[in-house]
Amino acid sequence: MQTGLLYNAVQTSGHLGWGTVAMSSPCNAACFPRVRRVAIFGGTHGNEMSGITLVNMWMKNGAEVQRNGVLTKPFITNPGAVEKCTRYIDTDLNRAFTPENLSTPSGDGLPYEVQRAKEINQLFGPKGSPDAYDVIFDLHNTTSNMGSTLILESSTDHFNLQMVHYIKKAAAPESCAVLLNEHPQLRYATTRSVSTHPVGLEVGPQPQGVLRSNIFESMRMIVKHALDFIELFNSGVEFPTCTVEAFRVHESVDYPRDTNGNITAMVHPRLQDCDWEPLNPGDPMFQTFDGWSIPYAGDGPVYPAFINEAAYYEKQQAFVATRRETLAAAAIRKASE
Amino acid sequence: MGLITLPVIRRMAVCGGTHGNELTGVYLVPELERQRREKGDTLWPVPVTTVLSNPRAVKECKRYVNKDLNRCFTSAILSSPVTDTTPYEVQRAQELNSMLGPKGTADATDIICDLHNTTANMGLTVISYSHTNWVIMHIYKYLQEKITKVPVRLILLNIPICDAYSLESVAKHGISLEVGPQPHGVVRADIFNVMKEGVNVVLDWIQHFNSGKVIEGAEVDVFMFEKSVDYPRDTETQNPLAVIHPQLQDQDFCLLQRGDPLFLTFSGETVGYDEEEPLHPFFINEAAYYEKGIAFHLARKKTLVIPNIQAKND
Repeated sequence: MQTGLLYNAVQTSGHLGWGTVAMSSPCNAACFPRVRRVAIFGGTHGNEMSGITLVNMWMKNGAEVQRNGVLTKPFITNPGAVEKCTRYIDTDLNRAFTPENLSTPSGDGLPYEVQRAKEINQLFGPKGSPDAYDVIFDLHNTTSNMGSTLILESSTDHFNLQMVHYIKKAAAPESCAVLLNEHPQLRYATTRSVSTHPVGLEVGPQPQGVLRSNIFESMRMIVKHALDFIELFNSGVEFPTCTVEAFRVHESVDYPRDTNGNITAMVHPRLQDCDWEPLNPGDPMFQTFDGWSIPYAGDGPVYPAFINEAAYYEKQQAFVATRRETLAAAAIRKASE
Repeated sequence: MGLITLPVIRRMAVCGGTHGNELTGVYLVPELERQRREKGDTLWPVPVTTVLSNPRAVKECKRYVNKDLNRCFTSAILSSPVTDTTPYEVQRAQELNSMLGPKGTADATDIICDLHNTTANMGLTVISYSHTNWVIMHIYKYLQEKITKVPVRLILLNIPICDAYSLESVAKHGISLEVGPQPHGVVRADIFNVMKEGVNVVLDWIQHFNSGKVIEGAEVDVFMFEKSVDYPRDTETQNPLAVIHPQLQDQDFCLLQRGDPLFLTFSGETVGYDEEEPLHPFFINEAAYYEKGIAFHLARKKTLVIPNIQAKND
C-alpha cells in the first residue's frame, strides 16, 4: 500500500525534480532534492505595499530570511511599477509568463512587463528546467478580506502541499487559507511559475498604495514559517502524510454590466468582506445602485474569495467562486545526496 | 441667540470623480442623473447640477492625470493663462469654475457637494473652509442628527477663500463629503449607501431651509485643522522608515496625548507623540497622501455656537 502510494505520488507530481527522485532505492516517502535556492518576490504589482516594503528591507539586511544551506534572494520584480506606485506599466506582470512571451525575441517594442518577464525567467528560471530556483514566494496584497492566503497552482506538488500544511499549523490560531488554482481556463502564468515550487502569498484587506502594520507583520510571519519549513526539510526531517483543506477555484463571477460595459451593481453589503464564508443559492450577492438586491443563483454553495478586489474590475471579476476540497499530501523527505 | 436671515438656496451641484479612483462619487453621480430622468425635475427642492469633475482620471481609474484637480481652485490658478503646457486638470478647473462659479461672484452656485473617499477610517466627514458660514454649519448639524450608521464630523480649514484650493470653494457654500474607509478603485455598497443618504439629507435640509421656517441654532463640536505630520524618512533616499503604529491605525479623531504611539519603525521601535497639546489625528494612512509627505493631519477640537437662521426671498 505504501509503495503503491509512493508510485502514484511520483507519477502525478508535476515538479518532483528532474531525475533525482529516488525511485530505485526504497523510500517510504516521496523524496525531493535539497532546497538550494529560494527567491522572495515583492512588487510584482507596484502598489501592493507589504511585499515591496519587506523585500526592500531584506535587500538591505537579509539576516531575517537567511537559513543554513539555502540561498535566499529577495527581489523586486516590477521596479518600474513600484516607482510609480501602480499595479503595472503596460501589462500585468503576473499574467505575463506565458510560453509565447518568454520565447518572444527581445526588442524595443516589447511591453515593459514582457521584457521584465524574460529577464526574470533568465535569472530565476528558465521555467520548466532543472536550473530553475527551487521555491519562489511571491508577495501580494488584496483589497479583499482574505486574511493570509497561500496560493497553489498544483494539487500534486507534494512538497508544496507539505509546506502549506506546515505553515498553517505554525500560524494557528491565526488562520491561513489555501487557494488552489488549477482551473484549465482560469489559471494564469504567474511570475513565480518560473520556479519548481511556486507559492503565492496574498494578505488582505489592504488598500493599494497603503502599508498597514498588521498586514505587514502577518506577511512577515508567513515567510518566516515557510523558511523554517525549508530549513527543517533540508535537515532531513520527514513530513508524514497529511491532508490540506483547500479552496479550489471553480468559477469567476463578474458584476452585472450595462451594454457599455459599466457595472450596474456593487457587491452586496452582506457578501462584502465575507471571503471564505459559504455563499448559498438565494443569498444576496449584488446591490444595484438604486438599491435592489440580486441573489446568487448557482446550483450549490460556493466559497467566494477575492470579493471586491480593486484590480479585478478591469478583469471582469467581482469574486472567484471556490469549492472546498481536502487535498492529500504524500509523506516527503529530502533525497539522500 | 439672535436670528440671521440668509438668501434662499437656488442652485446646487453634486460633483463626483474629482479624484478618478474615488469610486462612490463616480457611481453616485450617474445614479442621481438616472433618478432625475425617471422622476423629473420636481424630485429635488432645487435644480441640481450633476458633474463628473475629472472624466479623464475616471476613465483611467487614477486620482489625476497630470495634477491633483482638487488643488487647482485657488484664485491664482483659476485666473492663470492657458498654454500648450498647461496641465489637463488646470484647464478642467477653469472649465468647472465657469460652469459652477465664477468663484467669489454673485453668479456662483449656492451649494456644491463634492464627493470623496478616503482609505482612512473617517466615517462621514464634512470638510469646509469657513467657520462663520451658517448654511454649512447647519447642514453639518443636520447631517449629524440624521446619519446614524457612521460617525459624522466636521473639519474646518482656516484658509481664506481666494487661497482655498479645492473644488467646493467655487460655491458660496461649498462642502466636501469624505466617506471612508474605502480602498481607491473599489466601490463598497455600505459606503455608497452612506454617501447617498448624506446627499439626500443635504437636499432635505435645503427643502426645510427654503420653506422659510426658523432653523434653530445650537452648539456643535468641530475639528479645526492645525498641521500635518509626515512619516519619519531616510535622509538620503527619502523613503519612509516606519509605518503607522497599529494602535493608531483606524483611530481617526481619537485624542492623542503625549507619549501615545504614532509610528512603528521597521526595526521595531515605537515613535511617540511628543507635543504638549493633545490633538486629534485624521486622514490616518490615506494612500494618496504618501506622495504629499503626510502620514496624518492633526486638529484641535472646538465648540462653536451657531445662530438660528431663516431663509428670505430677495
